[in-house]
Amino acid sequence: MSEVKINKDTPASQMTPGGDIYDAGNAVNFKTGDWRSVKPVFLSDKCKQCGLCFPVCPDNAIPVKEDLKRTDFNYDYCKGCGVCAKVCPFGAIAMEEEGVK
Amino acid sequence: MGIRERLSGNEASAIAMKQINPDVVAAFPITPSTEIPQYFSTFVSNGDVDTEFVAVESEHSAMSACIGAEAAGGRAMTATSANGLSLMWEMIYVASSLRLPIVMSLVNRAVSGPLNIHNDHSDAMGIRDSGWIMLFSENNQEAYDNLIMAHRIAEHKDVRLPLAVCQDGFITSHSIENIELIEDEKVKEFVGTYKPEHYLLNRKEPIAIGPLDLQSYLFEHKYQQAEAMRAAKKVIADVSADFEKLTGRKYSFFEEYRLDDAEIAIVCMNSTAGTTKVVVDELREQGVKAGLLKVRVFRPFPAEEIAKALSHVKAVAVLDKSDSLNAAGGALFEDVTSGMYVNNVHVPTVNYVYGIGGRDTTAKDIHGVYSDLQEIVKSGKADNPYRYFGLRK
Amino acid sequence: MAYNLKEIVAKKPARFTAGHRMCAGCGAPPVARMIMRALKEEDHAVVANATGCMEVSTFIYPYSAWTDSYIHTAFECASATCSGAEAAYKAMKRQGKLPEDEHTKFIAFGGDGGTYDIGIQSLSGAMERGHDMTYVCYDNGAYMNTGIQRSSATPHFADTTTSPAGKVIPGKMQARKDLTEIMASHHLPYVAQSIGVNNFKDLYEKAEKAIYTEGPTFLNVLAPCPRGWGYPTDMLMEINKLAIDTCYWPLYEVENGKYKITYKPAKKLPIEEFLKPQRRFKHMFKPGNEWMIEEFQKEVDKRWQELLDLEEITNK
Repeated sequence: MSEVKINKDTPASQMTPGGDIYDAGNAVNFKTGDWRSVKPVFLSDKCKQCGLCFPVCPDNAIPVKEDLKRTDFNYDYCKGCGVCAKVCPFGAIAMEEEGVK
Repeated sequence: MGIRERLSGNEASAIAMKQINPDVVAAFPITPSTEIPQYFSTFVSNGDVDTEFVAVESEHSAMSACIGAEAAGGRAMTATSANGLSLMWEMIYVASSLRLPIVMSLVNRAVSGPLNIHNDHSDAMGIRDSGWIMLFSENNQEAYDNLIMAHRIAEHKDVRLPLAVCQDGFITSHSIENIELIEDEKVKEFVGTYKPEHYLLNRKEPIAIGPLDLQSYLFEHKYQQAEAMRAAKKVIADVSADFEKLTGRKYSFFEEYRLDDAEIAIVCMNSTAGTTKVVVDELREQGVKAGLLKVRVFRPFPAEEIAKALSHVKAVAVLDKSDSLNAAGGALFEDVTSGMYVNNVHVPTVNYVYGIGGRDTTAKDIHGVYSDLQEIVKSGKADNPYRYFGLRK
Repeated sequence: MAYNLKEIVAKKPARFTAGHRMCAGCGAPPVARMIMRALKEEDHAVVANATGCMEVSTFIYPYSAWTDSYIHTAFECASATCSGAEAAYKAMKRQGKLPEDEHTKFIAFGGDGGTYDIGIQSLSGAMERGHDMTYVCYDNGAYMNTGIQRSSATPHFADTTTSPAGKVIPGKMQARKDLTEIMASHHLPYVAQSIGVNNFKDLYEKAEKAIYTEGPTFLNVLAPCPRGWGYPTDMLMEINKLAIDTCYWPLYEVENGKYKITYKPAKKLPIEEFLKPQRRFKHMFKPGNEWMIEEFQKEVDKRWQELLDLEEITNK
């Protein structure tokens, strides 16, 4: 996805007419990770790859690879809602205060 | 040579639409424009057009469907009047802000209330600042010709704005007059095919239309619309010149009828111009130097050109077929006088609100206006600029 | 092909991307993303979105979270807008202006405000006209985008900002409108009610059916709103489960007039279980307000029984 070139300093002559966006899906350039106050931590040794957490993430922040296995969270987007941790039957996702280690 | 016919304004508009052969027509019945979708749906039923006719459940949906269709990459058209346009109002602004060159046949009628189905311009005046190009038509021929020119103007890359072709309800829409139609093939060639640069149905380049456009962006997008409206003037002139080559019929921003040496002038739009021309001829026979300026292009408003055209006259009357209810004159009056002021043209000018709700406008009424103007020239005074005619006070 | 969540999530692209700005824990994005995943990979979609939470959070200039073509026009007319795009598609396809072997599907999304209330005319019109499109209502039971005002989808007694639980009037005094039934009465080829639960099989399969059934189809999907309903953000999936286990939100489909309940809880839970975790129903649990819970339960039971009856009658 190419970088979004329009910003609050862009002159009218260089803005897309009507507010159209020709680069569908470019919202991936917008990071929402800084909304988080709590953070999910992926405990991979506990994970049984059951898949229950895959679809529940509102922010598509649980990457699933070609081998059908999830990997660590994408913190660029995770807003820290905790839905994934709550659905995990194996305690493989822990919620921690953001900024506390 | 064209095809000689006798048609009502609605029939002529429907035939123009048939010749244009748009991809989608979405419309809802409302007097006096109802006949247009009626005729058109017959063309669809008989396979005369390639159009998908969407018989929507409201005018709001008519304009919404036109927006969807135009954004998808098709040509979309509709027809409406009065309250139908009022119900569309929200989407009228959306259409222009999304820069979609939808074309509408607007058969002018009084907006409720109280309910009245007859002609005035209150519907059109309601959308005068909505970012639509607005062309007014004196008769069936002009309604037809303006529609044939509409897509070339609206779709031009420097413009990309929706366009409404206005005609007077019943007076023009339902009166059968002589008309010269253009051959189907010639229309097809003149109008051309629509090739938008970006559109929803282009799967190679999916796009998003209609954002939440916050403080950092809406102002610039509005400025782009304003620039497009300014650019439309040249495009309208160019397309009209091409149209003259095709048909021999000349169209400008406005028609000057015996205006070049006139001392007194009326400015008006649509069918009243026909009545006024008769009166001008009668007055000229009596040696009175009367003239007419009939506005065709109301949006973009040719302020400078109108001011210039009126600069030599001694008194002007601007006729508004809609009362702005603002204690300061009708919409056309405001535009004409502000154009004159800004361009340093200072001619005594008065406003007449007339013809509301289909009140007849007679030659006698127009004679009355010209004699008022003669009075103003004589006395040098234009007391009470906000006037009416045809009204029982 | 049997439903395989892992295959779907791993191999089919998320056509509703990250980087949108819906609230943390919002119930709508997982729903929209799964519905979009139900599209065949080779098919293109035009999404029409009504004004609402989803629209103002997924297409804030200059960012769009949709990888398909997307259009938003206004609040009440996603259906009409979508129907216009679909009509253009038909006309252009007929004239050979679009490739013959490529397909575009039309999907409209609206919240309950934009669907049950202000958009119902446009929806009814588009469905009646028979456009080949799927309308998806993500029902969060109030006007959440403007700050939790009651809609006709708001449940009975719910405390909202325009049906506040006060000293005299204890919340919204009307039971919710049953839009799914209204749409079923349009005799559409496919109407379904779903939710995001467990592995999302119910939602995915219904979405796939809706999108690939020719003609107008309708999906009503419950999408909880942690802010508007007043429960902790992490409870999304529990709330969904309670909604179906209490039969507050029955899962069913109506295919050419035949009803099929797609989930019958082994043990139907009392409605309190669904109401209790939500702040909007808090006042119902005050002493003296037991009648409200009883009335709510009665309504749920009545509708559930009606549904069981409809299933029986239409499958005779």
